Amino acid sequence: MTLTINDKEYELPSDPRVSLLDFIRHDAGLSGTKKGCDHGQCGACTVIVNGERINSCLTLAIMHEDDAVTTIEGLGTPTNPSALQQAFLSHDGYQCGYCTPGQICSATAMLTEIASGLPSDATEDISTSPKLTDEEIRERMSGNLCRCGAYPNIVAAIREVAEAGL
Amino acid sequence: MTAHLKQNKLDKRNVLDGMQQGIIGKPISRSEGLLKVTGKATYAAEYHLENCLEGVIVTAPFAKGRVTVIDESSVMEMPGVITVISDERMIARAAQGTAGAAPLQKACDVDYWGQPIALVVAESFEEARNAAKHLHIEFEVEDAIFDASEVEVEPQDGATQQGDLAQAMAEAEHSVDISYTTEGHASAAMEPHAAIADWDGETLTVRASLQMLNYNIGELADSMDLDESKVRLISRYVGGGFGSKLGISQEVVAASIAAMQLGRPVRVVMSRQQVFQTIMRRSETTQRLRLAADANGRLTGFGHEALVSNLPGEGFAEPVTQSSEFLYAGENRLLKIDIARIHRMTAGSVRAPGEAVGMPALEAALDELAEKAGIDPVELRLRNIPEEHPATGTPFSSHKLAECLQQGAKAFGWDSGPRKPRNRREGEWWIGTGVASAARVHIVSQARARVTLQADGTALVETDMTDIGTGTYTILGQIAGEMLGLAQEQVKVELGDTRHPRGSGSGGSWGAASVGSAVFVACEAIRAKIASQLGISADMELTLKDSTVSWDEGKKSLSDIIDGKDIAREGHYEPGDITEDYAASGYGAFFVEVAVNRWTGETRMRRMTGAFGFGRVLNEKTARSQCLGGMVWCIGSALTESLLFDPRDGHLVNCDLAEYHVPVNRDIPDLDVIMVEERDPAASPIQAKGIGELGMCGGAGAIANAIYNACGARMHDFPMTPDRVLAAMPDE
Ligand code: FES
Ligand code: FES
Repeated sequence: MTLTINDKEYELPSDPRVSLLDFIRHDAGLSGTKKGCDHGQCGACTVIVNGERINSCLTLAIMHEDDAVTTIEGLGTPTNPSALQQAFLSHDGYQCGYCTPGQICSATAMLTEIASGLPSDATEDISTSPKLTDEEIRERMSGNLCRCGAYPNIVAAIREVAEAGL
Repeated sequence: MTAHLKQNKLDKRNVLDGMQQGIIGKPISRSEGLLKVTGKATYAAEYHLENCLEGVIVTAPFAKGRVTVIDESSVMEMPGVITVISDERMIARAAQGTAGAAPLQKACDVDYWGQPIALVVAESFEEARNAAKHLHIEFEVEDAIFDASEVEVEPQDGATQQGDLAQAMAEAEHSVDISYTTEGHASAAMEPHAAIADWDGETLTVRASLQMLNYNIGELADSMDLDESKVRLISRYVGGGFGSKLGISQEVVAASIAAMQLGRPVRVVMSRQQVFQTIMRRSETTQRLRLAADANGRLTGFGHEALVSNLPGEGFAEPVTQSSEFLYAGENRLLKIDIARIHRMTAGSVRAPGEAVGMPALEAALDELAEKAGIDPVELRLRNIPEEHPATGTPFSSHKLAECLQQGAKAFGWDSGPRKPRNRREGEWWIGTGVASAARVHIVSQARARVTLQADGTALVETDMTDIGTGTYTILGQIAGEMLGLAQEQVKVELGDTRHPRGSGSGGSWGAASVGSAVFVACEAIRAKIASQLGISADMELTLKDSTVSWDEGKKSLSDIIDGKDIAREGHYEPGDITEDYAASGYGAFFVEVAVNRWTGETRMRRMTGAFGFGRVLNEKTARSQCLGGMVWCIGSALTESLLFDPRDGHLVNCDLAEYHVPVNRDIPDLDVIMVEERDPAASPIQAKGIGELGMCGGAGAIANAIYNACGARMHDFPMTPDRVLAAMPDE
């Protein structure tokens, strides 16, 4: 039984209690994904599973047989960062950096959600496609806490990437 | 070689302004930024050590009493379990900031609900967690008091009593006498407290999430009864601190004991609930503000009294009146703090201790005074800026409150016409504006850093200072680069390792000015060495730019000058008489616009402007981020943040991020930051002052004032939750 993380295959753990988050951080050694609460309350552990963002602390690794997981390390590298990673850098969309991988994974999948027409609480008319307003970004990024308070810069970074259509 | 500077005099040379590299102050992206955005920055719990065991802390399910039995046999048979630690050396409380020595030990004597009492160590985290849940303990519970209003209070030293406040109040043309309450706050840094301890038979190495290694090393060595030379601490990346990681906390010592006993590395990470239950809280406060003014609104009397709480035996008392000491005039003054000893977890520093709760009350009271006197609140503040420290008579070094108020008002579009509540409504929302001042006393501490101009023409900066998200890596590189004529990329900065010279630690907003000055002093010494090598009398005759040194008669590349030999200098900066001779502080002003729902009492932020003067801006980008962060904290403390304790057993009810409400993205509107140009010669030889806390000193008061202006509800209790606003709202 395996799952893939960033295109690499991993054996599922023998201990069924291992959360997907702990599996990624510990067993797979990909500590870019962070643990802020272990209870689905902060978003630091956000990863992309089969194209959708989830809190990896709220699910067990063994529930993900054959799933494709993308973590922050799978989005880009220091020498080849993704557009959002680059935008977070230039807009200072972080301070301590601990919530940041979760923010960036979340934002990556969130832009797809908007593009596919999924409405949110900030969508004024749900019969039409949501517009990429700041309020939409803020609402959809509200599951990712940032205690450093980088929110305005996070919104600016996401806006820049969204507007450039990257 | 060590270059030493004790600052006894104003430094008006503004040396950094005379340099030519042109990177100081510039909005350069963080030098460690790419690592952070790609998940490659390694935080405390993330080191992969061979054979590492996992420890899970067990906490007391009662607030006061004694643990009588910890029955190891109840878990030793469980799969993977290695041992149970309940050593006398385990610390009962985290160390207060700058303690430098062990905090209270003997964890079996319990003083607050959730106090760590044991550590279960197992091969895997899942095994340790399960065993920790099943560990059988027995204990004796004693009665305890959890509410500050139920005990005799102790007055704190350092009260100010000057003139006769009661008489000033009686004779005042306009006056207010108002009581306020604020609830406790948690730092809630996103990275939970974590440590991996490793003992090689000689040295105890602990990777931990800490703010002040220069003090933490003494705290850990003392707790473990080891010599400091046998201890090494590493904190290269810290996932937020805000005061919560100033001193070592329980997991650091527990992991160390286990690692030394077992001869294997041990990782201990606190759960989010444990962080809430055992790490420093900001004390709740009860405050009384008395302001007396003449017909022109000039303050003649100023009273600020506060009641705060802490555990027995703790020296820390939330310094609620810290800014009130000097912010406004008034010759008759009474400022004092009382402390109540109760059994909630330790109270300690949470971002902007004192000002964060004292200033909102003061600034809200001032708004009521402005209304009574019929004076615009911006104008009232401008009229009450003192010429000198109102109690001690000490001169101010540099004082930007007036500029901040003026520039902020202009940028915000402040309407200085008559202010009446309920002037503006949009649908079911009342709209209003408010203003408040900001002030945060400037502190510097001694610090050391080594700068090495290396044979390859690059520079290396080393200090055990930390970067907790503040931008230290980047600004130290900018200072060294500016002084030595190097591009930012040519300066490597290594932090967070006690093998390096002792820095200042990150806390009290003093890091940048203190350790930045140490780097500056080291660079001046390197420049002097270069000058003497060239036979030039003063280094200021040299221009260092783009790795080239030029002077009157010549020009040479830096690498030619150093000719294969490193030049290393340790800079040692110490504050001297300057801290006594001048009252240095950062100042600012907040302007906010809120919408208050007329049916639910909910407050939504519409916009917020902050104008701040904090001396030299070392990096416009990271400095702005510090201000933004502070303003976000203002919003949290104004509207949602509040620690709630069960009055029966003293346990913290909302001990997680679902129930303790820090602001989320959608709670934060556009925030506008104005950085007012300033060089403060008393602040530091780099003319910079503290900035990490200024942005949250008073802003919650501006929000209170805006809520009143919007809907007519005068708020005296923070946070201003919908139920409270609704109750205070007059009938329409
Ligand atoms: S760690 Fe998963 S949501 Fe916080
Ligand atoms: S950058 Fe520190 S919590 Fe977001």
